[in-house]
Amino acid sequence: MIEIKDLHKSYRMGSNSLHVLKGINFSVEDGELVAIMGSSGSGKSTLLNILGMLDGADSGEYNLDGVPIKDLNETKAAQYRNKFLGFIFQSFNLINYKTAAENVALPLYYQKVGRKERQDKSIAYLEKVGLKNWAHHLPSELSGGQKQRVAIARALAAEPKVLLADEPTGALDSKTSYEVMDLIQKINDEGNTILVVTHEPDIAEMCKRIVHLKDGVIVEDKKVEQVRAEQYV
Amino acid sequence: MWLFDRDMWSEIFHTLGQNMFRTFLTMLGVIFAMIILVLLLGSTNGMSNGFDKIFAGTASNSLFVWAQATSEPYKGFERGRRIQFKIEDADILKKNIPEIEVLAPRIELGSHRGVVSVYRKGRTSGSAVYGDFPQIDEITKKKLVEGRFLNKSDIDEAKKVCVIGEETYELLFDKGEQAIGTELRINGVFFTIVGMYKPNDNINIDGENAVFIPFTTFQKAFGSGNRMGWMAIAVDANTKVSFVESQIKTLLKNKYDIAPTDERAIGSFDFSEIFSNISAFTTVLKGFSFFVGLFTLLAGVIAISNILLITVKERTKEIGVRRAMGATPKIVKRQIVLEAIVLTAFAGLIGFAISIGILSGLNAAFGSGEDFPFVNPMITIPQFTISFVLMVGLSVLIGLIPANRALKIRPIEALREE
Repeated sequence: MIEIKDLHKSYRMGSNSLHVLKGINFSVEDGELVAIMGSSGSGKSTLLNILGMLDGADSGEYNLDGVPIKDLNETKAAQYRNKFLGFIFQSFNLINYKTAAENVALPLYYQKVGRKERQDKSIAYLEKVGLKNWAHHLPSELSGGQKQRVAIARALAAEPKVLLADEPTGALDSKTSYEVMDLIQKINDEGNTILVVTHEPDIAEMCKRIVHLKDGVIVEDKKVEQVRAEQYV
Repeated sequence: MWLFDRDMWSEIFHTLGQNMFRTFLTMLGVIFAMIILVLLLGSTNGMSNGFDKIFAGTASNSLFVWAQATSEPYKGFERGRRIQFKIEDADILKKNIPEIEVLAPRIELGSHRGVVSVYRKGRTSGSAVYGDFPQIDEITKKKLVEGRFLNKSDIDEAKKVCVIGEETYELLFDKGEQAIGTELRINGVFFTIVGMYKPNDNINIDGENAVFIPFTTFQKAFGSGNRMGWMAIAVDANTKVSFVESQIKTLLKNKYDIAPTDERAIGSFDFSEIFSNISAFTTVLKGFSFFVGLFTLLAGVIAISNILLITVKERTKEIGVRRAMGATPKIVKRQIVLEAIVLTAFAGLIGFAISIGILSGLNAAFGSGEDFPFVNPMITIPQFTISFVLMVGLSVLIGLIPANRALKIRPIEALREE
């Protein structure tokens, strides 16, 4: 699904150049649930941004579902993001003046899906995350966990190839975190490929594979026995 | 067709509706600008209409020609010789100058602008007395309150009839007294009143204290023979009055042995000059109003652009999310430009409605044009269309500034956690 070869990325800070990713080789199979771990400054967010086509690499190869991702202009990147990727953010990033259902329907709108179908789909995905009854509530009327579940429904709605979650539990208490992880695990059980960036070891343990980043290189890449979040809920 | 995309519009109205107060404040600039523009244009139009009304009834393409005294000796004549036009001159001029549409000869009793005693039942009025042809009515229209003006049969039969001004009536009659059919006496000759006119708001060359009698009657009654005082001449609308004026003068100078270089012997007054001066004045005024209004509008639209820039800044995160969700730069840009257009157009319409209300009020209060030239102050449909198109056009251009700012937002920066 994802193939990365010798990925480099540096940021220019004034006259200095900060080498953030120093040759990453990494691939993800269909249906995997991968945790990307590392302390701040390890390059994990940069890697996620490049994977999410939010940022470009300096050199190296990136293939997503067999499509080489390079030299994208903004329009092309937007289309690829819409088609291939679903994003889950730490701070949910719901649009605050749109209801839960409207938020979920947003990527479908950019896919030019018809209005009726959008509504049906968004309700269906809200039902999947257990928030059907909250469909017409504004984000301000939802709890943090509910917001993140709406965000997950939104990421799923576009039926992407890969879900990218950037610290999905970073803003939640541990009970809610486990609820969200439970949902992520269940979505993964259905065959979805998911990448989770986290610095919390217990969250990482709930994935099937942990990739450790340190100073811009992968220092450890291991398969783990998945801890089911269900038992803590 | 994206123009009819219901979601796009609901997005736009959603965003604008989010902060109603700020949206309203933003629109205020354009509302005021539109009010100023429409009021300026409307008032200028009202003024222009007012002038039109003053001149209504006076053929704009007309001139008056009269005789004076020569200022140069010529062909053995000394300077200072008084010229006296003859009634046959009228026919000569009409025959030789096809551009003349109407030519009304006139003769005056006494000296020019002099007054003659008019008697009725022991009362007198010092009025101007004119011998006229009915055609004069085509050049300076009289507003008749009662009866009729002179007609052809009055001329043909040299009837002893007259038309009087309202001021003359007031001097000779008691209030409410019937004037039509009664007689008055001028230089011992009795005339029956057949019509009375009242002062109208427009230019009145003859004054209101005047008595008009048929030219032919004048000749017989006062023994004026073939003399003619002056001529009112209407010229074909497509011909310049000055052109006809010089032709007339050349002809008459030739006939009366006046030096071709003598500027003083024949006097004339070109009416079209006044009209062109006034229309030039109102045109300049209109242009100026438009200019001022347009720049006010520009300022208003810039205010909208500024607020949208702030909004874009505030919505950085939202725009980042949208782009992460697959919004292309085109969609983002379109949304912000459309917001600018919607704000401007809506504000423009509100301003337009308010100013039309004000203009209607002004019209009701002063629109009669009795006291000063101000009639029907309203903007024309082309003026409205042009202003509106310009306004929307400006809003597109100015909306591009915040739109491009929004495009510069990179999703990665927008979504970066604080």
